[in-house]
Amino acid sequence: MADAHTDHSGASHGSVGSYLTGFVISVLLTVAAFGVVMAHSFSPSGTIAAIAILAAVQIVVHLVFFLHMNTSSEQRWNVMAFVFTVLTVFVLIVGTLFIMHDTSINMMSR
Amino acid sequence: MAHDITADAAHAHEEHHESPVVFGFWLYLMTDCIIFGTLFAVFAVMRNQFAGGPTGKDIFDLNGVGIETALLLLSSITYGFGMISAHQNKLGALRGWLGVTFILGLGFLFMELREFSHMVAEGNGPDRSAFLSAFFTLVGTHGLHVTCGLLWMAVLIVQTGGKTVLSERMTNKLTCLSLFWHFLDIVWICVFTFVYLMSVI
Repeated sequence: MADAHTDHSGASHGSVGSYLTGFVISVLLTVAAFGVVMAHSFSPSGTIAAIAILAAVQIVVHLVFFLHMNTSSEQRWNVMAFVFTVLTVFVLIVGTLFIMHDTSINMMSR
Repeated sequence: MAHDITADAAHAHEEHHESPVVFGFWLYLMTDCIIFGTLFAVFAVMRNQFAGGPTGKDIFDLNGVGIETALLLLSSITYGFGMISAHQNKLGALRGWLGVTFILGLGFLFMELREFSHMVAEGNGPDRSAFLSAFFTLVGTHGLHVTCGLLWMAVLIVQTGGKTVLSERMTNKLTCLSLFWHFLDIVWICVFTFVYLMSVI
């Protein structure tokens, strides 16, 4: 991010420009997500895939422009902790869904 | 050559030093991520367990959710402007932006509580079905976080009052709340996508 700069106290923080960029992209992605659902233009599964992708992109936009995550060395441990957390949450959610789906099929509850 | 690299690295280290306080707070946020991940997993399992009660399509008002989303997104960028003022040592502007952020956050909370009270008044409280229990737990936990963030923000507005220069300790507090506030906005992206929008498809 070219317009991020570092001041005497050290912490990396954004500029007005980078915040505005992140804000405009977020607004566009949010409006797109609401628009896709309200317009009923895709099939249900297509709509779910579309809004899931829009959410994932918007999370990355927030991480980069608002939380100032980057690949620089002083952020290495922040990024490592974040990647570990994403993996944990992935295992948690996918594991839960898999086990509960399997259970309900074996118990013939749906 | 080697000398230059070492000098650069030392220089970079000095310039980019991040406070251990901020890193510690980042680790706390990661554990909070796991709490929300768990609640999202619960909601995903329960999202079709209506027990004969209303579905998301019947009770969710997308216009209200859209306004809540706009308020939270706006409050994210106003807090960002506040942080820029803080780094430039413009404390009047910092307090102004924090005040605007506080009002936007309060507006969000007001909308959410109004939605909750309408649902409970119509008999669609958390005791109606597993779907609604999971919904109130997940969205309520997010709302509780926003409430804590607002209290913290009010305290910081008072603490920065009458100061002319920010201590490193105060800058760290402001940075931690900035991470917290932006993190809540990220959780809200998942809430409006996977709870509200997916329920009305």
